[in-house]
Amino acid sequence: MRTSYDVIVVGGGHAGCEAAAAAARKGAKVALLTFDRATVGAMSCNPAVGGLGKGHLVREVDALDGLIARAADAAAIHYRMLNSSKGAAVQGPRVQADRNRYRAAIVEMLMAQPGLSIVEREAVGLAMYDGGGVRGVHLANGETIEAAATVLATGTFLGARLFCGEDVAIGGRTGERAATALGIQLRDMGLPMARLKTGTPPRIDGRTIDWARLESQPSDTIGWTMSPMSSGRTLPQLACAITRTNQATHDIIRASLDRSPLFSGAIEGRGPRYCPSIEDKVMRFGDRDGHQIFLEPEGLDDHLVYPNGISTSLPQDVQRAMVRSLPGLESADIVVAGYAVEYDHIDPRALDMSLELRAAPGLFCAGQINGTTGYEEAAAQGLIAGANAAARALGEEPMILDRACSYIGVMVDDLVLQGVTEPYRMLTARAEYRLHLRADNAETRLGAIGAAHGLIGAARQARQDMRAAHRQRVVTDLARRKTATEMARAGADVRQDGARRSLFEWARFPEVDRALLFELAPALRDGPADLSAEILEDAHYAPYLDRQQAEIAELRRNERVVIPSTFDFATIGGLSTEMIERLNSARPETLAAAERIRGITPAALAAVLVHVRRRAA
Amino acid sequence: MADSIFALSSGAPPAAIAIIRISGPAAGAALGALAGDLPPPRRASVRLLIDPRNGEPLDRALLLWFPGPDTATGEDLAELHCHGGRAVIAALESALGRISGLRRAEAGEFTRRAFANGRMDLNIVEGLSDLLTAETEQQRRSAMMMAEGHFSQRIEQWRRELLKLAAMAEAALDFSDEDDVPDADIEMQIGGAVSALAAEVGRQLEAPSAERLRDGIRVVLAGPPNAGKSTLLNALVGRDAAIVSDIAGTTRDRIEVPAALGGTAFLFTDTAGLRDQTDDAIEAIGIDRARAALDGADVIIWLGAPEEAPDDHRTILVAAQCDRIDHEEFHPGIRVAAPTGQGMDVLVQTIQDRANAILPGPSDYALHDRQRRGVAGLHEHLIGVNRERDMLIIAEELRLARKVIDVLTGRAGTEDMLDQLFSGFCIGK
Repeated sequence: MRTSYDVIVVGGGHAGCEAAAAAARKGAKVALLTFDRATVGAMSCNPAVGGLGKGHLVREVDALDGLIARAADAAAIHYRMLNSSKGAAVQGPRVQADRNRYRAAIVEMLMAQPGLSIVEREAVGLAMYDGGGVRGVHLANGETIEAAATVLATGTFLGARLFCGEDVAIGGRTGERAATALGIQLRDMGLPMARLKTGTPPRIDGRTIDWARLESQPSDTIGWTMSPMSSGRTLPQLACAITRTNQATHDIIRASLDRSPLFSGAIEGRGPRYCPSIEDKVMRFGDRDGHQIFLEPEGLDDHLVYPNGISTSLPQDVQRAMVRSLPGLESADIVVAGYAVEYDHIDPRALDMSLELRAAPGLFCAGQINGTTGYEEAAAQGLIAGANAAARALGEEPMILDRACSYIGVMVDDLVLQGVTEPYRMLTARAEYRLHLRADNAETRLGAIGAAHGLIGAARQARQDMRAAHRQRVVTDLARRKTATEMARAGADVRQDGARRSLFEWARFPEVDRALLFELAPALRDGPADLSAEILEDAHYAPYLDRQQAEIAELRRNERVVIPSTFDFATIGGLSTEMIERLNSARPETLAAAERIRGITPAALAAVLVHVRRRAA
Repeated sequence: MADSIFALSSGAPPAAIAIIRISGPAAGAALGALAGDLPPPRRASVRLLIDPRNGEPLDRALLLWFPGPDTATGEDLAELHCHGGRAVIAALESALGRISGLRRAEAGEFTRRAFANGRMDLNIVEGLSDLLTAETEQQRRSAMMMAEGHFSQRIEQWRRELLKLAAMAEAALDFSDEDDVPDADIEMQIGGAVSALAAEVGRQLEAPSAERLRDGIRVVLAGPPNAGKSTLLNALVGRDAAIVSDIAGTTRDRIEVPAALGGTAFLFTDTAGLRDQTDDAIEAIGIDRARAALDGADVIIWLGAPEEAPDDHRTILVAAQCDRIDHEEFHPGIRVAAPTGQGMDVLVQTIQDRANAILPGPSDYALHDRQRRGVAGLHEHLIGVNRERDMLIIAEELRLARKVIDVLTGRAGTEDMLDQLFSGFCIGK
């Protein structure tokens, strides 16, 4: 084993794997440290990737040549496009993945990545310079490995406690150890930390479920994939099934609430509102007669089934009674009990936009340690932290994505400016430029940025060049201008308003159908279908997209007003203590970022602007 | 450490009493230095104020001490109610100026701090500004309604309603896979609620104009040359503001004269006589200006033939120069002879009636252009929601509507606008 690398990544979950791979793609020598090689790429919760908002993140990570989308395709046993009846901007691609095949696909890609080594060691602490910077990691065996940059992607393992009814165990995932020593060190460094909780449902033996009685939800049949680099759907597709809780289920839960650590007060950390435990659902929405449960198979040659919707920390006997009260599950067996986990996270406002800790140069954080939840959120942060750790090690410019270009940018900006009060999950509602940030145009938005930062491999680059060339032809074709009369002559029953419009503008008129557009703009027909669909979606929302472009231009103007990192907000006259506290915690890097912090008024901003200018003068 | 500010907040001395305000983290220390101790919070206390430099007594004053953040500025705040002599004020001000961390406030700085700390929204700030400059009773009442937050409260209701609607739209977009979120039902609910909201916002668009209230109702006198416009103007404003002669085309430029009639501010405009043909280039320009004035008028007093009058609800027909001309019996206008005063009371009453329809009633506020533009923008986005079936665009319109609300309340906005607003403020309030 070497004792020196460019980048060390601690943790082999979704954040850690993307971080290691991204750093290595940039040319850094990378060590991926993990407790246990067999858990690299593990899906510790729901065996699904993507969804609303999350599917966008997956496509963006993929556009930057990340792993998650390709691994999901390699393991996909069920595809579903959420919101397929709505506009492309809110369509969410989601797959069920075979747990073992997913892990295998991730490990295979990591092994094939030059410059990346998986190192099976336990990190017990950070090696620090006297000045406070991080120079590497101390291992449990007493050795130290050094690196110019370290990425912490320890998930829920920091100070983790597992709850299953009255049983409490130390550990981040069922059957695994917790990274307690590291958690203590981070607290000792004076970093702002807090606790959050999350949970999982029990896993059920699929052979004991009466599938025939349940409503089946088959995989959709359109041939899309999570990554355009994947060669179609390779595995057999399985159906999911739907059951519901009922009055009997709710009675069982209510009768045992005093045995739930969530309600007994044993758990202090806050859980996500959008993914409540079944105890929460029954208590907070007592008037509902039932809650939907999706039964999701975990793999092709695995009998485990994931009942999505009954995350719980109730004792095992209650879990069993609850499961057996569900239609179709009357004789179901639980293989692994559900549990809640409470863990430490860092207040992400201590990070800058490159996900580096301001207080510990050389230390980057990604994933649940930053207060987020979800594989997709973790993967996206991993990619950013890994790329920027490598940039630091190699002396390159950091990669900063902003809110206007990506969901990744939205998430990082939200985290470092607003902090978290519950585990942060991506939602399309978080993106103000949602009409522009679509899952179907991630390559267009991020391809060039990824290439500029050396993240894109040769195969992906070839595809992007091909698309760029074809886009040019389509744009030229669609720039042709036609009068209303000409359009009518061509067969479109448009209103004769005498206007002459480009074909791009005509494309949003309902009377102008696709077949006619293909005829008038042949490049649209001859090119890749996904590219044509993307451009037509642009055309459909063009007036709104133009308006958003104006907003983005304003944002970018204020992004150019940089607030020095040493700026002391307390020196500005007339700001309340609360406002100063918020500004000092988040340390906005630009005026635009300061504007987004909740509770910061324009007058306060004007004061900040005046002071920054005065300092610069 | 943030600096603290002080200023004379009452009117120009000498006066019976004067009020000096101190705001900021050093306010308590400054008060203590002058008064010997810090009086109990929020209770009027009388103290002998001394010069901290040499212990010399300066004045006996009434003190108010408000610890932050629940104060007008959101900071620690003190008020000295002292005697209003010039020398007393000067002595206190120079004593305060020597205390470390304290400096004289810049124009509008107290209000700026209150706004910066979220103690008041932009509309209340504007209402205060209007209140300080109010000259007529109507202006005062309307400004008071604004400063008391009546418009702000209405906007706050709209904001809450929009937030609820936006949450519903976002639920339909982000949680459509949950069985608790029924798609079709949400569309109907949003549609219904937005119609009601759009109607209410639309009604606000009819609110009177604050600019009119401040600058005066614009009354334009127009008609053919030599119709007696200038004579009538002079009679209305009670002085010889415009040159009067028998020569057609005497008035060549527009003449604007502010005047108050019955407690209402008016801006009367005399214009060049309108005729189609003139070989005088300057008169032609004057006629163009007259037409522009007509476009911007709130009330038009037409002195020409009734059939040539602008077909407009703003027009008041006048049969002028009754002392010189025999008007047709069926002339529908008010018969007026300026030199004799005949018909003037009827004309003035008619003008005032028109003005009252435009100006705010006793329990009503007026909207500034900025506010009206915001309300109009909001209305447009709500109409946009109702036109749409695509939930994505509905959500976008609702987002834009919320942005407009933020601009209206000053939660978001450009610095230019703010700077302009605050530089127009007098010191101290």
